[in-house]
Amino acid sequence: MKDIKTDRRDIFFHKVLALASWVVVCLVLGILITLILSSLPIFKAAGLGFLFHKVWDPVNHRFGAMPFLAGTLLTSFLALVFSLPFSLAIALFLGEYFYQGAIASFFQSATELLAGIPSVIYGLWGIFVLVPLVRKLEMKLGILPYGVGIFTASLILSIMIIPYAASIAREVISLVPTELKEAAYGLGATRWEVIKHIIIPYARSGIFAGILLSLGRAIGETMAVTMVIGNNNQFPTSIFAPGNTMASVIANEFTEATSNIYLSALIGIALLLFLVTTVVNIIGRYIIKRLSVKK
Amino acid sequence: MKEIERNCKKRLFLNWFVQALVFVITGLSLVPLFFILFYLTKQGIGSVNWSFLTHLPRPVGESGGGVLNAIIGTLIIASLSTIMAIPIGVTAGIYLAEKKTGKLVHLLRLSTDILQSTPSIVLGVIAYLWIVKPAQSFSAFSGSVALAMMMLPTIVSSTEETLKLIPYTLKEASLALGVPYYRTVLKVILPSGISGILTGTLLGIARIAGETAPLLFTAFGSPYLNFNLFKPMNALPLVIFNYASSPYLEWWRQAWGASFILIVMVLCFNLLAKWGASKWKIKF
Repeated sequence: MKDIKTDRRDIFFHKVLALASWVVVCLVLGILITLILSSLPIFKAAGLGFLFHKVWDPVNHRFGAMPFLAGTLLTSFLALVFSLPFSLAIALFLGEYFYQGAIASFFQSATELLAGIPSVIYGLWGIFVLVPLVRKLEMKLGILPYGVGIFTASLILSIMIIPYAASIAREVISLVPTELKEAAYGLGATRWEVIKHIIIPYARSGIFAGILLSLGRAIGETMAVTMVIGNNNQFPTSIFAPGNTMASVIANEFTEATSNIYLSALIGIALLLFLVTTVVNIIGRYIIKRLSVKK
Repeated sequence: MKEIERNCKKRLFLNWFVQALVFVITGLSLVPLFFILFYLTKQGIGSVNWSFLTHLPRPVGESGGGVLNAIIGTLIIASLSTIMAIPIGVTAGIYLAEKKTGKLVHLLRLSTDILQSTPSIVLGVIAYLWIVKPAQSFSAFSGSVALAMMMLPTIVSSTEETLKLIPYTLKEASLALGVPYYRTVLKVILPSGISGILTGTLLGIARIAGETAPLLFTAFGSPYLNFNLFKPMNALPLVIFNYASSPYLEWWRQAWGASFILIVMVLCFNLLAKWGASKWKIKF
């Protein structure tokens, strides 16, 4: 008698576990379906042209997502370019030169701290410290001194993604087999030669994955960008011009969206944002998983 | 002979040069961090005093006033999302750790990965569509739902990672004593891993406490002290965002103050998690 009771409880326990898992799976499916359904009106009205139109004019019901696509692409790629040397240097520093000891743990905590600062605080700092600096730079260069704009947003973003790229790259670098490195040292190679001929080629795909994952983060980052990008819905003409990204236009205009089609256009942008970050992240994670298995 | 020597010197110089370059760039990358912390403390400490912590916001033009409602709002919203995320997250984490393979496991892994990478603003849009729009009102509850969705993947993966570290022999010993499977998991495996799960939860709280984007069109913000979960509620990140984009000097000062409080809160959670991780580390 007792055994049957236990059996039933075990079955019930398994069902509860599976139920919670289904909740998480359905949550993600629900997000996707909600976004698709709510953005249907704009895709019905404008078709796929919604993605390629260059004019965003809610007052006259003209919705084109191109300025924001361009803004997101520009800011995230610039941020990647700015941050790459720094994150690679930190990764080499922590993964190869100082992988243990007081200096390593100091830099480790410092980068963790950098990753832990909320993005709204980056934005606040950007408005009151970085924007005036950029304005000075723009005056020196002889261009319109907006201060805010795509360039400023990229700077803030690059500071924000350094810790992510660095920590992934560091992990990948520490996956390089010691035997390989020792063999190279044994042949008389200098440290730089080991880095150049052993570590970088071995860790190449992992570093690429790290770049992809930080790109995903840069694309989805909202608050800091919204606060310093200038919120201009024109197609960006230069990297110093004010612009808007997909995330920042949602943050700015979502509560102002009065008509259904306006709301639907913003949700269409959210859908696009969701799909892009998901694809970028899944590719990045897939590469890293394959690397760790190989080890 | 001379040529070899010259070659060696060149290689050694290059080696030295790259090393110096890496050290300098690494050092430079910490400059923004100190720059930010310096400004936060300089501007923040001046605006934080007892009345800033214990008063409600005052209208523009009146000096003084504080952020009491935002501090309480952040605490309420964060606790509510933790309460929502823990049961589902921990249970799903146990499923991942126990099953290891299968269709649902793959689906669940994919889902947590996707949820982890979803931009926070998208989760805000979702909470708006699911809760705010049908209810016709901004609410603290909808903000908590958005933040709970953000927290969920952290809890799932930390539960899974922790439970995987527990030796299989422990489970075998329990099963061999005739303890049913569900009791083995609940009374043997889960208690041994509770520290790791707590650490993961603390990290999750630290991650959501400073989030602004999901709250913009859910909790929305409010100048009043509010305990009703189904009404708009203020939160520290919202105060910072709203005050920073306002044109008033006094509000800018208060934005720095609020930032200082927020960063102290987030740091406390991070340190607590780190301390917990080292103190309660699973040792077998």
